[in-house]
Amino acid sequence: MDIAWFVVLSAFIFCIGAAGVMTRRSPLVVLLCLELMLNAGNLALIAFSKMVGNQEGQVFALIVMVVAACEVVIGLGIIVAMYRRRVPIDVDALSELRG
Amino acid sequence: MLFEQFLFFVAGFGAVAGALGVVLLRNPFFSVLSLVAHLISLAVLFLLLSAAFLAAAQVVVYAGAVMVLYVFVVAYVGGTEEDVRPLATGAVGSLGPLFAGALLIELTIAVIGSSLSALDGEGADIGASFGSPGEIGQLLLTKFLLPFEAASFLLLIAAVGAVVLARKRRGLEEPEQAISVADLMRSDVGTQKEAAG
Repeated sequence: MDIAWFVVLSAFIFCIGAAGVMTRRSPLVVLLCLELMLNAGNLALIAFSKMVGNQEGQVFALIVMVVAACEVVIGLGIIVAMYRRRVPIDVDALSELRG
Repeated sequence: MLFEQFLFFVAGFGAVAGALGVVLLRNPFFSVLSLVAHLISLAVLFLLLSAAFLAAAQVVVYAGAVMVLYVFVVAYVGGTEEDVRPLATGAVGSLGPLFAGALLIELTIAVIGSSLSALDGEGADIGASFGSPGEIGQLLLTKFLLPFEAASFLLLIAAVGAVVLARKRRGLEEPEQAISVADLMRSDVGTQKEAAG
């Protein structure tokens, strides 16, 4: 398989994730769409690593997975805290930080 | 060669279908399950790119551990059926899918139009141990030692932060009555003499 196939597929998944971040209203689903975007980046990193014949891209992808896990943990903690404080679980309703 | 192409199209279709399911399904629980399917398809693609260790880590860590966390939180918060209404959130919401489509076109043009001639090939010649756990571990412990340690600190901070965020904060609403030694020593309130009248 040519590397370009993988890169275009990664761009496609990234755009689906971006569309989800912009249209969905539940913060849980927004976090899921962020995962989609990070995974698309991972796929591109690994494809380029194969293209160059160097394993450093795979190490980058591993670090990206660590960062994604941290982001999930913090995001889900915030959602649970919102649920406890009876804040509506809706990103449109959360406008307190708006300037 | 033919088998490889077949596998790519099956896994690629699965990845795109899983991604679309995450965005389009209304129940967050089904979105999480769709993301699991997407991640497993991506692991197959990683195997095609000879990244065996990352494929295993993707299945075990991502599709296993992280998604279990998601399922727990969805079950705790309650999968509220929300309607997908991209048009209701004003100009930004209606422009969202349009913007994503423009981003896709731009990225595709950037990939196809780039002068990277290596994109049209199978990639460089690699050995049999490319992407094996041993090689990745050696890179992590020699060349990338500092990012490796930074990642472990990041995980520690995230774990502590999640505990701090999600614990019960009763102290904010009603400050707890703290009993100090000074209260017991005072003789004017709360003593037996006062209770006896």
